Amino acid sequence: MTELLRIEDLHVSFKTDDGMVRAVDGVSLTLNAGETVAIVGESGSGKTVTSLSVMGLHKKGQAEISGSISLSDHGTFKDVVHLSDDEIRDIRGRAVAMIFQDPMSSLHPYYKIGSQLAEGYLVHNRGKKKEAMARALEMLDLVGIPEPAKRAQEFPHQFSGGMRQRVMIAMALMNSPQILIADEPTTALDVTVQAQILALLSKLKKEFNMGILLITHDLGVVAQVADRVNVMYAGRIVEEGPVDDIFYSPLAPYTLGLLKSVPRVSKNNERLKAIPGQPPSLINLPVGCPFAPRCEYKQHSSEAGCNTTRPALLGTSSTHRSRCHVPEKLRHELFAKELKEVQG
Amino acid sequence: MLKFIGRRAAFAAMTILIVSAVVFMIFSFLPFDPASLTCGQRCTDQIVEANRVRLGFDKPIYEQYWLFLSGIFAGRTYGAGSAAFTCPAPSFGYSFNENACVTDMIREALPITISLAIGALIMWLIVGIGLGIIAAKFKNRWPDTSSSVFVLLATSLPTFVTGLALLIWVTIKWKLVPLSLSGYTSLIDNPFKFMQYFILPWITLAIAYAAIYTRFTRAALLETLGEDYIRTARAKGVGERVVFFKHTLRAVLAPLITLAGLDFAGLIGGAIITETIFNLPGLGRLTLRSVYEFDLAVVLATTILAAVVVIVMNLIVDMLYAVLDPRVRIV
Amino acid sequence: MSEAILKIENLVKHFPTGKGKRGEKEVVKAVDGISFELKAGETIGLVGESGCGKTTAGRTILKLVEPTSGKIIFEDKDITDYSSSKMRAIRAQMQIIFQDPYSALNPRQTIGKIISAPFEIQGITPQEGTKGAVQNLMARVGLNPEHYNRYPHEFSGGQRQRIGIARAIALKPRFIVADEPVSALDVSIQAQVINLLEDLQEEEKISMVFIAHDLSVVQHISDRVAVMYLGKMMEIAATADLYAKPRHPYTTALLSAVPLPDPRSERTREHIILTGDLPSPINPPAGCVFNTRCWKAQDKCRTDVPQLVQLGASQVACHFPEN
Repeated sequence: MTELLRIEDLHVSFKTDDGMVRAVDGVSLTLNAGETVAIVGESGSGKTVTSLSVMGLHKKGQAEISGSISLSDHGTFKDVVHLSDDEIRDIRGRAVAMIFQDPMSSLHPYYKIGSQLAEGYLVHNRGKKKEAMARALEMLDLVGIPEPAKRAQEFPHQFSGGMRQRVMIAMALMNSPQILIADEPTTALDVTVQAQILALLSKLKKEFNMGILLITHDLGVVAQVADRVNVMYAGRIVEEGPVDDIFYSPLAPYTLGLLKSVPRVSKNNERLKAIPGQPPSLINLPVGCPFAPRCEYKQHSSEAGCNTTRPALLGTSSTHRSRCHVPEKLRHELFAKELKEVQG
Repeated sequence: MLKFIGRRAAFAAMTILIVSAVVFMIFSFLPFDPASLTCGQRCTDQIVEANRVRLGFDKPIYEQYWLFLSGIFAGRTYGAGSAAFTCPAPSFGYSFNENACVTDMIREALPITISLAIGALIMWLIVGIGLGIIAAKFKNRWPDTSSSVFVLLATSLPTFVTGLALLIWVTIKWKLVPLSLSGYTSLIDNPFKFMQYFILPWITLAIAYAAIYTRFTRAALLETLGEDYIRTARAKGVGERVVFFKHTLRAVLAPLITLAGLDFAGLIGGAIITETIFNLPGLGRLTLRSVYEFDLAVVLATTILAAVVVIVMNLIVDMLYAVLDPRVRIV
Repeated sequence: MSEAILKIENLVKHFPTGKGKRGEKEVVKAVDGISFELKAGETIGLVGESGCGKTTAGRTILKLVEPTSGKIIFEDKDITDYSSSKMRAIRAQMQIIFQDPYSALNPRQTIGKIISAPFEIQGITPQEGTKGAVQNLMARVGLNPEHYNRYPHEFSGGQRQRIGIARAIALKPRFIVADEPVSALDVSIQAQVINLLEDLQEEEKISMVFIAHDLSVVQHISDRVAVMYLGKMMEIAATADLYAKPRHPYTTALLSAVPLPDPRSERTREHIILTGDLPSPINPPAGCVFNTRCWKAQDKCRTDVPQLVQLGASQVACHFPEN
């Protein structure tokens, strides 16, 4: 397995009028070639901030970043956190590319599709205009846009939502990046179009042996495309592991809570098991486990430390780790029973 | 595109016709007798009645309007016999006060107002957009702060203050620009004199407008910089300068042009204060004088002209918008 | 079965686009002849993709937009042609909950004022006083009644949706249209709001049209589900029937496209991937509107419009239904 990305102890905070927002608080994760790693979490969990850090897209002076993001530029590792602006720009769109949630607003309304695609190539291959256009048409064809030569001359508003997300994907592929970051790539799309885009991403991943970092809140999408999963809550990874472990033997109470609260198509009209309460403010995080105020398993914690200390990311298995003060064995038993009830 | 222009032009022509009719109606319902206004100090009923017939005020209003309209295309003769006075087409009426065709009066005033407006427009676009770009680029740093001081000052100072201040200091105290007594010289005849003549009025107008454009450009740029497609450009690896000057500025252009077109149209109607301060015999002054003197024929003509300019500029702005913004459907 | 509280007959809503070729008026066929009945206490889920007309249908039923043709019969009264003043008396009985809890509340009004607005508009003073009634409502939807004087921005998305729900149930309506009420919410909060809606509905016996694009949410909350596509009704069936045995190919495709939170079954499941995009509702395809994307389409589908007919326990508009 070729490692493409290694994030270690990433911290990102933003200054606001109300105080420091600790958006990402010690995140570590890896991404290998040919695999899809998902970051799952709700709004404010820090998943998008993490992905923008990999692209070096935070504004200077607004975000305070520490830790390291070691990224493979076709074999050579570079630490995005400590690169100069020009060095990051050189990596963006070439070694790592990104697609965004809203394909409607992510394309420039005034430029033709073809030239927007070609621009991404020209930035990294100065002066090769003809090559860039040819490449643009090739990529449009690859992502399943019929009549690429004609469509390249059109403007974004002439494309449907699904087609625009295809264009975004084509744009991301212009320089054959090894890493693709997909930030909620299907959230703004209808379910039948989502199915098309997910199928396309899977196909491209295999074809180019890319590593995909998928940011999403949708557990169904995760189950369909992810190999490994990181669950984020309040700026931290609360559980990481292979997709099956996360879905069938979750160890973090928050992961279990998420799995219980999704309405399931195959399930009858039972009452949903919602997680009570709301996510904490990132400005005033509780001293103990950030999930403690919403957690139903506090009483099982032998140390009773939930309200005083933050749990570490630990696990008996090297691939499946979670943050919780409740003994892992006890969680296994408790959670398996509960999960059985909802999964049937 | 051609069809679009044709349709819009026809629509504009209709609007102009309606506007002119409405203006004409308003003027004929004013509580004065237009005929007695044409009469000087030694007035007799006889003269009033003679003028009434001569100027066509004895006819019903729709006929007067028709005469006015046909005058625009065919010219019009007032009175008969040896006292007849002909205004050739396009005739917008006859000013009894000045004893001249309104068209000729406008023909004299218009170049001055246009020169004033165009020069000021160029100046405020350069200053306003330039400052706006600088302010946005250095947001919350000293260039931004200084530009906002300029904006505050320039928007709070009325043009008669800046205009008079310029006149007093630059012309009278420092004698940098001579007080023009010779009157208007066209750009082609003597570019240097032309510039001398207009430089202070331009600056006066430009200061007021540049402030608005600085604020508008800054706000529009900053808003656009937060758009998703700007983030996309950065994600492609596009450099900050290209992101700013190509992707961001391009998106701000269309609304800027709309604003400029409409402001320009407003100025053609007459920059009354500036023209008065600098003693420019432009349209604004002409209108002002006619209002004071109840020279209704001139007021009518300048009002319609102002409306026509606004309508035509609107059409031009719409067409430019369609060229600049591909999302605007041309149908 | 209890009696129908709402009958929709051949409801049509066309929006003129203001364009079009000479003589012909171009219209967007947002809703193009849908019919259904809603029984007292029942929830019908209205599903479909963006542009299928589900939101317009919801608003037309409440007469927030005037229907082009068709009939809306609410509690045996034909309200289709009711004037807005005549509607006011009925408004107390029909309410709406909006999708976006951020824009649906006036930011300059306190929560107390927002929730008491229905009382004011209808000129009703509740027994316990307006403030008392509002605080009872707040408690019912899980808000702290002491927050009576707070403003919307002090609340999270989930709480705002609770405010919207409190406002909607203030006058004890018989019927609610819930337009994507949980789409803007996070999963854990979404579950709370769904539970709240279900509880309220059970206690108050409110009938509901629940509009959503999320099929699992719809399945959870609905007794029956209606599937729309390009302004037409494709299929209506009891929830269990529809999800177990979809009859219309479009329903099949929709269900197949939903990824399940179950990786093992996802690995083995075949997803039907529809080709192409949604056709324009200005020029919908002739015959069956779904024929351009349907893998079963025959010549007949391109010419004959299928009618909604009973098939087993379901009603389906298809020439070649599944199962």
